[in-house]
Amino acid sequence: MPPAVRLHEAVALAGRFPLLAGACLEVGEGEVVHLRGPNGAGKTSLLKVLAGLLPVHSGEATVLGWDLVADRRAVRGQVGMLGHESFLYEELTVEENLEFAVRASRGPVVGIRPALEQFGFTGRLASIPLARCSAGQRRRASLALLVARGARLWLLDEPHAGLDQDGRDLLDELLAGSRAASRTVVFASHELERATAIADRTVHLAGGRVVEPPKTPESVEQAAAHVA
Amino acid sequence: MLRDAVLVAGKDLRIEIRSRVGLNQIGPFALAVLLLFGLALGPDRRVLAPASAGLFWVAVLLSTILGVQRSYAIESVDGARDGLRLSGLDPAGIFLGKAGAVVVQLLVLETALAVGVALLYGARLSGALVLIGTCVLGTFGLAAVGTLYGVVASGLRIRETLLPLLFLPVVSPVLLAATKAWDEALAGTPGRAGGWLDVLAVFAVLYVATGIVAFGPLLEDG
Amino acid sequence: MRASTRTVPSERVAVALRVLGVASLVGVVATVWLGLFVTPPDEFMGNLVRLLYVHPPMAWVAFLAYGVASLASLLYLWPRTRSERFDRLAGASGEVGVVFTGLTLVSGSIWGRPTWGVWWVWDPLLTTTALLFVLYLGYLALRRVPGEFHVRARRSAIGALIAFIDVPIVYLSVEWWRSLHQAPTVLNPTTHKTYVHGSMAWTLLLGFVSFTLVYTWLVAHRYRLAELQDAQDTEGLEIALAERRAEAVGR
Repeated sequence: MPPAVRLHEAVALAGRFPLLAGACLEVGEGEVVHLRGPNGAGKTSLLKVLAGLLPVHSGEATVLGWDLVADRRAVRGQVGMLGHESFLYEELTVEENLEFAVRASRGPVVGIRPALEQFGFTGRLASIPLARCSAGQRRRASLALLVARGARLWLLDEPHAGLDQDGRDLLDELLAGSRAASRTVVFASHELERATAIADRTVHLAGGRVVEPPKTPESVEQAAAHVA
Repeated sequence: MLRDAVLVAGKDLRIEIRSRVGLNQIGPFALAVLLLFGLALGPDRRVLAPASAGLFWVAVLLSTILGVQRSYAIESVDGARDGLRLSGLDPAGIFLGKAGAVVVQLLVLETALAVGVALLYGARLSGALVLIGTCVLGTFGLAAVGTLYGVVASGLRIRETLLPLLFLPVVSPVLLAATKAWDEALAGTPGRAGGWLDVLAVFAVLYVATGIVAFGPLLEDG
Repeated sequence: MRASTRTVPSERVAVALRVLGVASLVGVVATVWLGLFVTPPDEFMGNLVRLLYVHPPMAWVAFLAYGVASLASLLYLWPRTRSERFDRLAGASGEVGVVFTGLTLVSGSIWGRPTWGVWWVWDPLLTTTALLFVLYLGYLALRRVPGEFHVRARRSAIGALIAFIDVPIVYLSVEWWRSLHQAPTVLNPTTHKTYVHGSMAWTLLLGFVSFTLVYTWLVAHRYRLAELQDAQDTEGLEIALAERRAEAVGR
C-alpha cells in the first residue's frame, strides 16, 4: 500500500523565511503519528503543507496519492484540519456550522446528527450561536466537524488544548479507532503522556526538518551533522 | 459552481441577518455620508437636488468598501482564506456567493439611501424603472470588483488601506455611468439613460466573468 | 551559483544598454534644442507649441508602457509562456508607465494654464489619464505586497489585467460623459488643427523616437535591478535554509 503521506526534502516558505527546510516524512495509511518539537520547529507548517494550504517551494510532497507540488487543491476535500483557529462561524449555531461545512465538502449530511450527539451537542446546545460557546465547546464542535466530514487524513494541531477530561478521553478514543476506520492521523502535541499513549510513533521536528530523537546534546549534533 | 454559490450566499446572508452589522453600522455610515454631503454643499436645495445622483453613488461606493471588508471579516478572524480553501468549495462558487450576498445587502442599502436623497436633498424620484435597473446593474459590477479585490486584501496586514486604493479607481466607470443614468431619470428623461445602462451591463458582465476565472488563483495566494 | 551567473550581463548586453542610453540622451537633448531654438513659434499657440514636442511623446510612452505591462502579465499567466522574465518586465514597464503618466499630467497642466486659463480641465483624455494614474498606482501598491515570488507575480499579473480591462471602459465612459456635457468654449477647435509641418513635424517625430528610447532604456535598467534583487533573494534563501537547519543543532 502506498503511504498516505510522503515528504521528501520539502521546503516551504513564508516570504523569505523557510518554515520547512527540507523535511522528509513517510506516514502509512491508518497510522497515528505524533509530531514533537520545540516552538517554531515547524510543526504547524508541516500540517499546513499536508493540508495543501502552504505551497511546497521545492522537494516532493504526496498526500493520499495527490502530488501537492503539481496541485495542492485537490487533496483538501479529503483532509480534515484542526488548527489554532476553528474555521467556524461565530454567528452560526454548531449545527449550522456543521451543515455548511459538510455540504461544502460534499460530505454525507446524514452524518451530522450522530457527530453532534457524539460530542454532546444535543438539544439546546446544538442551536445556540458559536459566539456563546466556551473555548472547550468550540474545540468539541471542531472535532465533531472532523467526524462529520469523514476526512481520510486528520491533521490536528494541539488537539488536547482546551478540552476537559471527558473531551480528552473522547478524542483519544477517536484516535485509537483510527486504524479500524482506515484514517490516518498526524498531530502535534505538547501533552507528551497522552500523545505517546495514543500514537503509533513519534516524529521529532527541529529547525524545519525531521530529526532523530534528541537523547543527549551530543546525539543531536551528530544527527544534524548527519542530515546536513 | 451555482450550488456552492447559493450555499455561500445563504451562509453570508444568514450571518448578516444575525449579526446586523450591515443594519447597525454600514447603514448609519451611509446616512452620515449623506448628511455630511449636505453640510459640505450647503442647505440650498437648488444645489443639492441636481447633485443627488452623484452623491448617492459616491455614498454607495464607500459603503461597498465596508460591505466587502465585512464579507471577509466574517470568515473566521485570521483564517479567512484558510477556512475557505479548506472548505473544498469551488472558488468560482465562493466568488459568486460572496458577491451575491454583497449585492443583496447593497440593494437594501440603496433603497434606504434613495429615500434619504429624496428627503434630504429634495430629489424627485422619477423614472423608477431606470433607477432600479441602474442599481441592479451597477451593484453587480461594484460587488464583483469588490469581492475580487477583497480576497486579495484579506489576510494582509494592510488590507484596510489597500482595498480602497485598488477598488475605487477601477469602479470609476460605474460611478460615472450610474450617476448619469440617475441624472437622466431624475430629470424626467429616463429614455436617454439607455447607453449608460449598457456601460453598466458591460462592466458587470466583464468583471463577474473575470472574477469567476481569477478568484481561484487569488484565493490560493498568500 | 546559477542565479548570480545568469544575472551578470554579457558584454554585448552591457554595450547595447550603454549605446541605448547615449542614444536616448542625445535624442532628448536634440528634441529640446530643436523644440526650443530651431522651430518657429506656432501661428495660434505661439511659444506654447513647444510643449507639444514633449507632451504627446510622454503620453505615448505611458500608454505603450501599460500595453507592455499588460501583455507581459498575460504572458506570465499563460502557462506555456510563464516565466519570471515577464513578471519583471511587467513590473518595470508599469513603474515607468506611472512616471510618464505623471509627466504627461504635469506637462498637460502646464500647457493648459495659458491655453485654457486653468490648470485642469475635465477633458476626456486628461481625465482618463488621471484615472489611469491612480489605477496603476494601485497596481504598483499591489506589486509591493510581500509574498513568495510566484504568488506575488500571479497576484500582480491578475491585478494588471483587471486594470487593463478597465482602460477602454474608463476611456469610453469619460469621453461620452464629456461629449454629452461639453462646455463649448473650453477647447478652441483651432488648437486641434494646428498645422504641423517642416521642422515642427521632424521635431515631433524625433520627440516620439527619443522618448521611446528613454522608455526602453529605463525599463531595461529597472528590469536588471529586479533581476539582481531576485538573485539576492535566491542567495538569501540558501543562507536562510542553512540558518534554519542550524536551529536543530543549536538546541
